[in-house]
Amino acid sequence: MTEPRRQGADLLPWLGATGPWADLVVSTRVRLARNLTGVSFWGRNSEAQREAVIAAVHAAATDSPSLGGALLHRLDVLSPEGRLWLQERQQVSRELAGTDASGHVRSGGAVLVSGSVAVMLNEEDHLRVQGLNSGFALDQTSADATRVDSELGERLSFAFHPEFGYLTACPTNVGTGLRASVLIHLPGLILTREITKVLQGLGQVGLTSRGLFGEGSEALGSLFQLSNQTTLGKSEGELLDHLGRLVRQVVAYEIQARSALRRDAGAALEDRVWRAWGLLQHARSMRFDEMVEWLSGVRLGVNVGILPRVSMATLNRLLVLARDAHLARAFEAGLEDECLAVHRATLVRRLLADEGWVP
Amino acid sequence: MTTCQSCHLREAEVELTQVDGSEVTSLRLCGKCAAERGMAAAAPVADSPLGAFLAAMGQGVTPLEAAAASRDACPTCAATLDDFRASGRLGCADCWIAFERPLRELLSRVHGGTRHVGRVYQSAENATDPESELIRVRLRLREALRVAVSSEEFERAAELRDRLRGLEAP
Repeated sequence: MTEPRRQGADLLPWLGATGPWADLVVSTRVRLARNLTGVSFWGRNSEAQREAVIAAVHAAATDSPSLGGALLHRLDVLSPEGRLWLQERQQVSRELAGTDASGHVRSGGAVLVSGSVAVMLNEEDHLRVQGLNSGFALDQTSADATRVDSELGERLSFAFHPEFGYLTACPTNVGTGLRASVLIHLPGLILTREITKVLQGLGQVGLTSRGLFGEGSEALGSLFQLSNQTTLGKSEGELLDHLGRLVRQVVAYEIQARSALRRDAGAALEDRVWRAWGLLQHARSMRFDEMVEWLSGVRLGVNVGILPRVSMATLNRLLVLARDAHLARAFEAGLEDECLAVHRATLVRRLLADEGWVP
Repeated sequence: MTTCQSCHLREAEVELTQVDGSEVTSLRLCGKCAAERGMAAAAPVADSPLGAFLAAMGQGVTPLEAAAASRDACPTCAATLDDFRASGRLGCADCWIAFERPLRELLSRVHGGTRHVGRVYQSAENATDPESELIRVRLRLREALRVAVSSEEFERAAELRDRLRGLEAP
């Protein structure tokens, strides 16, 4: 059995399951879209302007208290594996990583990373300041992103209009430029088939739901990202309050659904989670999507007291560490290597063994 | 003459642009079909006394018409409204000024309003800039005017119009 190289999961505190309601809510993200005055948006700006954006923001960051020690990664000089690795850690978007359908790496794409904050440069907007924390932590995460935004805003000149607010490339982001999202695990609502009704209801009150991997992705592993739809006409606090209230409501529905499942379909539920546990422990080769479904079953089983106390942190970490680029690095394999599925199973057993769940 | 893309009978008078995520669609519609889709029809409004009143202000209530008529490019980045329709993305911050009216219409539909009420950015340069303060005052007056007109408070609207004219005089 190949020993995997360590991947520094400790550097990703948002996976640590230390935040509020970490059983149900994996993480909370808040991002602020900002643009510099005097520079055209991506798609209409020159390479020299994109370089100027990087230089200006990097200089401002170096001078600021929060980003003084930030690392700058240039996506346009990284290998495909390196770009995917940053995307898997949720530090850059698919578009910036060039791993979306276009497969195109944009020149000038970069990211500044410091602790729980990442600032994407030359994405759709010049800056995308993003805070990411464990559990249901809207206030904390918003504070992290806002602090960095303020520090950069004092040192740069952001495009701001007295009526429209912060100006963005796409009108769907203008105003606050704020998109807050909560990654939440809703297997109870899926199994009771209530999920469609709940998501439709959320759509009617201004929330968007997407799968784990963003726009267009399916709800793999019963994981949903709930986020605000509009960015203009409400203050940052009102947007966060609205999302927070609705997330609490969804959590209440999920808990009800789990109680109903235990009461009305206890045997089927037990079978389901024990099967997931068995496969996760014993399979010798697994695709990522299979693993995520089994992780979901195990997570549910632990939460409702059917399975032993596997830590939520381990289950969370696998969502990143068992993805392709992380596996490729850990096992010194190629991204296209057929052995990745085998390495994935090895890594799962390794992390479970670290917790004392030796298969 | 462009034919309405809905009924294919009458002449198109307005252009309806919709943004759904990264999808941008635009339809050229006649007044009747536009009205059926909840849009203000261009001609009747412009013909009404209210329409004339607002048009005199340079604040016509027919932004769709203005959007359809506008083929101007942004003076800063040279992007046109057609570029925006094709990509769903604006070319630069100044596009927000160049295409203000059609964007305002779009914002009302996407966000349910046009006014940012969140944090106000004070960069070192514009913190005490009298010019931007004047812009803010004008915007507040225009918003008040819009409200007065829509609630048919014509006396108040006339007063607001005069105050605005005073501020906009060279």
